Amino acid sequence: MNLLEVDDLVKHFPIHEGAVLRRRVGQVHAVDGVSLTLAPGETLGLVGETGCGKSTLARCIAGLYPVTSGKVVFDGQDITNLPRGAMRPFRRDIQVMFQDPYGSLNPRRRVGSIIADPLVIHGIGTAKERRRAVGELMERVGLNPEHYNRFPAEFSGGQRQRIGVARALALRPRLIICDEPVSALDVSIQAQILNLLKDLQDEFGLTYLFIAHDLSVVRHVSDRIAVMYLGRVVELAEADELYEHPRHPYADALLSATAVADPDAADRRGRVILTGDVPSPIDPPSGCRFHPRCPRAGDLCAERQPPLEGGGHLTACHYPIGGAPPAGERGTR
Amino acid sequence: MTLTEIRPGVVPGRTIAGRSPWALAWARIRTDKVALASAVVVLLLLVLAAAAPLIAQWSGHGPDDQFRDIGITDQGLPVAPNGTFWFGTDRLGRDLFIRVLYGARVSLVVGVLSTGLAALLGVAVGLLAGFYGGVVDTLLSRLMDVVLSFPYLIFAIAVVSIAGPSLTATVGVIAFYSWAAIARIVRGQTLSIKEREYVEAARSLGASDARVMVVDILPNLLAPVIVLVTLLVPAAIVFESTLSYLGLGIVPPTPSWGNLLSEAQGFYRVAWWYLTFPAGTLLVATLAFNLLGDGVRDAIDPRTERLFSRRRGLLRRRARDRRSAPASGARAAASDGPVTGTDGDGPGRREPGGDGPGRREPGGDGPGRREPGGDGPGRREPGRDGPDGREPGAHDDSTGG
Repeated sequence: MNLLEVDDLVKHFPIHEGAVLRRRVGQVHAVDGVSLTLAPGETLGLVGETGCGKSTLARCIAGLYPVTSGKVVFDGQDITNLPRGAMRPFRRDIQVMFQDPYGSLNPRRRVGSIIADPLVIHGIGTAKERRRAVGELMERVGLNPEHYNRFPAEFSGGQRQRIGVARALALRPRLIICDEPVSALDVSIQAQILNLLKDLQDEFGLTYLFIAHDLSVVRHVSDRIAVMYLGRVVELAEADELYEHPRHPYADALLSATAVADPDAADRRGRVILTGDVPSPIDPPSGCRFHPRCPRAGDLCAERQPPLEGGGHLTACHYPIGGAPPAGERGTR
Repeated sequence: MTLTEIRPGVVPGRTIAGRSPWALAWARIRTDKVALASAVVVLLLLVLAAAAPLIAQWSGHGPDDQFRDIGITDQGLPVAPNGTFWFGTDRLGRDLFIRVLYGARVSLVVGVLSTGLAALLGVAVGLLAGFYGGVVDTLLSRLMDVVLSFPYLIFAIAVVSIAGPSLTATVGVIAFYSWAAIARIVRGQTLSIKEREYVEAARSLGASDARVMVVDILPNLLAPVIVLVTLLVPAAIVFESTLSYLGLGIVPPTPSWGNLLSEAQGFYRVAWWYLTFPAGTLLVATLAFNLLGDGVRDAIDPRTERLFSRRRGLLRRRARDRRSAPASGARAAASDGPVTGTDGDGPGRREPGGDGPGRREPGGDGPGRREPGGDGPGRREPGRDGPDGREPGAHDDSTGG
């Protein structure tokens, strides 16, 4: 059974205008019909450009944002828009790790009390037991437990992210949503944190939803990868399969933009340069959302939204790479 | 051996220790002579006020004792300062020194009490308004607007005419006027802090609203509130004096600085001490509180620059030394005058007229503002991720040219 099932999740943010008589003038289609599953113990990578709805999706799953429509099912139980009290037990099982190691730790509180927070909030243990648990956690994530009384400002970015890991781990959750956990770190530090996350996964049987915009990072940690564009998943496949044979033109372009250590290999692969900017999620394009920028777009693309389909390698494209080319004439662009 | 060679075992003499933001603020305020002097004056006032009954007992002059034999001249006028009456006497032959001390008790109690009340109320209202937003915010914000737009003297007169002048009424009126200013600041801070990731992290852990407000937001509000409170205390003292002077505050025979001034009004031509000592004490107290408040603000919030700061002169001198060494004499000469935006500071780095009593841009906190120890590894300026996103003075903008 899947640990997490996300079914046709939609999150729209209304846009209001006017100070006194507020009226709704539109909405941001942050997440627009996303379906995902996560098996226990697996890591699902979620990639996409800034603003494609990755973080919004993560927050919807974690119950931080109310969902507009769709369903989030955790361990067989529907946790969509649960009231706070009913959501509480699930908060123990679902933890979030945040992107910014500077912003996600309260600068006025000591590290020990930050890591003990989840235990205090869920009323676990006595003060003494919690203190010991925090020491163990700090040791486990590679921090010196003697630094219990320090402030976050006294740690480096990598160490702070370890504090974030320790906090996320405190309740022994089953799912950790990692919202770009290494984007703010130096490359050398990134590897340390990624390896730590991997070790912890093996040790505690964790399931990760791993969000990033760096494709090489995601490939390193993920079993499967979902590519998002403007609030929708356009491709979802096994990590290696996606990297070797991207089918969606957007995934192809995204992959071609990653830096490769071997310049010859990079040349062979070629670089797909996209034209134009990401359209506004307030007024997304009709049909396939990628069609105004797609090098393979045909007439059909502007009219009909392609479903996400295709066995083990899911693609939402009318004319996927390696599939049938656009029938008849090419798109107008 | 080269200069860059790293020799193991040779470490800098200064040990690198982590310090809390408060410890850093304390270290900063310790180097601020003005703030220290003000603190001494304030402490002295507090001690004298607290010890007023002891002093009265020791001198044998109660606050309301009238010395008609030695305290009033043959013409019926107050006696000038002398060995018995240090500040002279008042129109009824009472010891002015003792009365000023007793007045300090009233003034300080009113100042601290009313500001404390205002801070409690202001933080609570501002926190709720900022945190919940929406209708709650609209209602509370309008309430603040209403309070801030009241004509305070008319309001005070109205309250006193109904309730009668008393200590309680005075404290109430002052607190009523001060809380809205605090609430506004707190509301703004809360609005920005509640969007921080650590607040989201707390929510994702299942923390209640109350916990988020008290544990995660409140500590980050303390710095601006402390700064505001230290500056509101002297304002409250002056406010109390104003009310008492007008007969709306503390009622004689209880002395307060305000009603002492009011009594002295008819006598200042024949008894200069009668007006001078209460007024001087009031001035010294207000000044000390204000300068202390400034110092506290500098220490807690290093981003702001104080008017005519001692360090500013130091900063400018250093910048001039540095520039005049490699640069032409013309540039060195130019830096003697008011520094303008085109003066080699790097165009636009400093506001035009940046030497005037305005604020400098953030980031302009040069080395003079920093902790004497500089930034050793492993130690950061507390402001780095302080609640208001201030940046440490990472560079001295005068070297930009």
